[in-house]
Amino acid sequence: MKPTDPSVTWIEEKPLGLAERLYLPLFVQGLTTTARHLVSPKLTVSYPEQRPTVGNPLIYRGVHRLNRDQEGRVKCVACFLCATACPAHCIDIVATNSPWPDREKYPESFAIDELRCIFCGMCEEACPVDAIELTSLLDLTGKSREEMIFDKEKLLSVYDMTKDAEPMKSASLGGTL
Amino acid sequence: MNALTPFLPTIAALVKIGLLVGGLMTAAAYLVLVERWMAAWVQDRKGPNRVGIPLTKISLFGLGQPLADGLKIIMKEDFTPRHVDKVLYTAAPLVILAASLAIFAAIPFGSVLPPLGIPGLPDPVPFLVAPGLDVGVLWVFALSSIAVYGVLLGGWASNNKYGFLGGLRSSAQLVAYEIPLGLGLLGVVLAAGSLKLDVIMNAQAESGVWYAFAQPLGFIVFLVASFAEAARLPFDLPEAEQELVGGYHTEYSGIKLLLFLVAEFLHMVTAAFLIVIMFLGGWHLWGVTGSSQEVTWLGAFLRFGVLSAKIFGVILFFMLVRWSWPRFRFDQLMNLAWKVMLPLGIANLVTVATIEEFRPQLIERFGAGPAGVIALVAPWAVFFLGWIAAGVLTPSGTDNTPIRTHTMLDAERSLREQDLVEV
Repeated sequence: MKPTDPSVTWIEEKPLGLAERLYLPLFVQGLTTTARHLVSPKLTVSYPEQRPTVGNPLIYRGVHRLNRDQEGRVKCVACFLCATACPAHCIDIVATNSPWPDREKYPESFAIDELRCIFCGMCEEACPVDAIELTSLLDLTGKSREEMIFDKEKLLSVYDMTKDAEPMKSASLGGTL
Repeated sequence: MNALTPFLPTIAALVKIGLLVGGLMTAAAYLVLVERWMAAWVQDRKGPNRVGIPLTKISLFGLGQPLADGLKIIMKEDFTPRHVDKVLYTAAPLVILAASLAIFAAIPFGSVLPPLGIPGLPDPVPFLVAPGLDVGVLWVFALSSIAVYGVLLGGWASNNKYGFLGGLRSSAQLVAYEIPLGLGLLGVVLAAGSLKLDVIMNAQAESGVWYAFAQPLGFIVFLVASFAEAARLPFDLPEAEQELVGGYHTEYSGIKLLLFLVAEFLHMVTAAFLIVIMFLGGWHLWGVTGSSQEVTWLGAFLRFGVLSAKIFGVILFFMLVRWSWPRFRFDQLMNLAWKVMLPLGIANLVTVATIEEFRPQLIERFGAGPAGVIALVAPWAVFFLGWIAAGVLTPSGTDNTPIRTHTMLDAERSLREQDLVEV
């Protein structure tokens, strides 16, 4: 864009007033700001001892979990919608015929590679039965790459671990929302 | 005992050097911690608070951090790039540290000890490594100029563009700010009538009027110039990280870098010492420390404490300022030095010289009390007038509007004439 372009509006800088040119008011202003922050309450926390507060756990995108229904069975119906939606291709599902009469299929194995996952939450959006959800667990560590591939048992155990603090989100399916 | 007597002054000096160097090095290490705390608190963080006693889990608010910092940087590889001038590259950090430490030979770090009664020792014992030095202030300024050589050598010997630019900026900046610094200092020397820093302190203690109150303009000029001399923000152009990586110490690592960083902190400590000694009354505090040369043990340590507290206060101010203002642009820096600080410094010098010249006549005509009031009011009047004049007359040097050439302006005008642009 050229400076002569009609859509460019030139705004003249306001000339400095006397107070600004004397510098003293600005000096005091700057010092008060820093001094205020010096004594104001700190925003960071001492991490391993203190946990950071997650603003809204229901919309936080942390570690995944696989939800259970009222009978304690895995909710997933192995429809592959999450694996299809996943932009990082980190979900691996092996489906087989369901032993229960209320659905056709269920996942024989359900693995998420947490190292590949980009925590976008598309799987949660895609799931028609609200089986996969992202929790507010934010510190995810492991000692090997293999350990970071979460299988079905591990994902279900994440559910057991977090179900009290973070109830399931869909009300029609037993959640709170 | 008698055999030792001739060596007693030497031993006394060595003890003082030991205490001073030990104290300064510890202080520099802990000032790094204070600096990091201040940085963190100003940014609403907690800052280093983990390291405490080694090999235990006691954290002591992070007071072990300097030890960890020091160990870490000493253990790092001391890498010398192949393209540097080896001799100068090695000499630079040594020069800067040696000069920064040697400055303290002439800087008093307290008042005097009460007489110890040891034959062969001068009584009372002053808190000063070289008590007989008549040119204390000159010594301080000569050596602080030598310390600049360390920066220049480091920048030059690195054979690196960033280092070179840092050294170059440093030289220009320090040449520019030595002058206001000297002018601010001259006023104090004129008023006290001595180049000895302990005499300057005593003069303020005896009159009870610190030179910051008697010469406000000189104080401001000296304060700003010492920020620039210590290369602290907002004058830290020699090592502006965003532009010059590390400035003159870009190519340094390991213990050589450590020497540079310690010297930098010592510069700040020196600046704080000079500000306190010359303008803020040194060890004097009304109603606390007294003003005579006769002191008890308690008085001696009280004065030492007052001086240290003032210096710590000034250093905290240095650190607070660091987070309050952005760095000057180089032309703004030069504008400030030559067009604002230099005239203000001269105005202060002339005022002080006039007052000192006519003080006897003033006392003769009006009596001691009113003369003192006049000697106090006149510099403040000059201060306000000078400050306003500087604000009104000097170019602000902060015009950041993009430059529009005549061709561009002509084109704009013709467009406007053709009604293509709504005004």
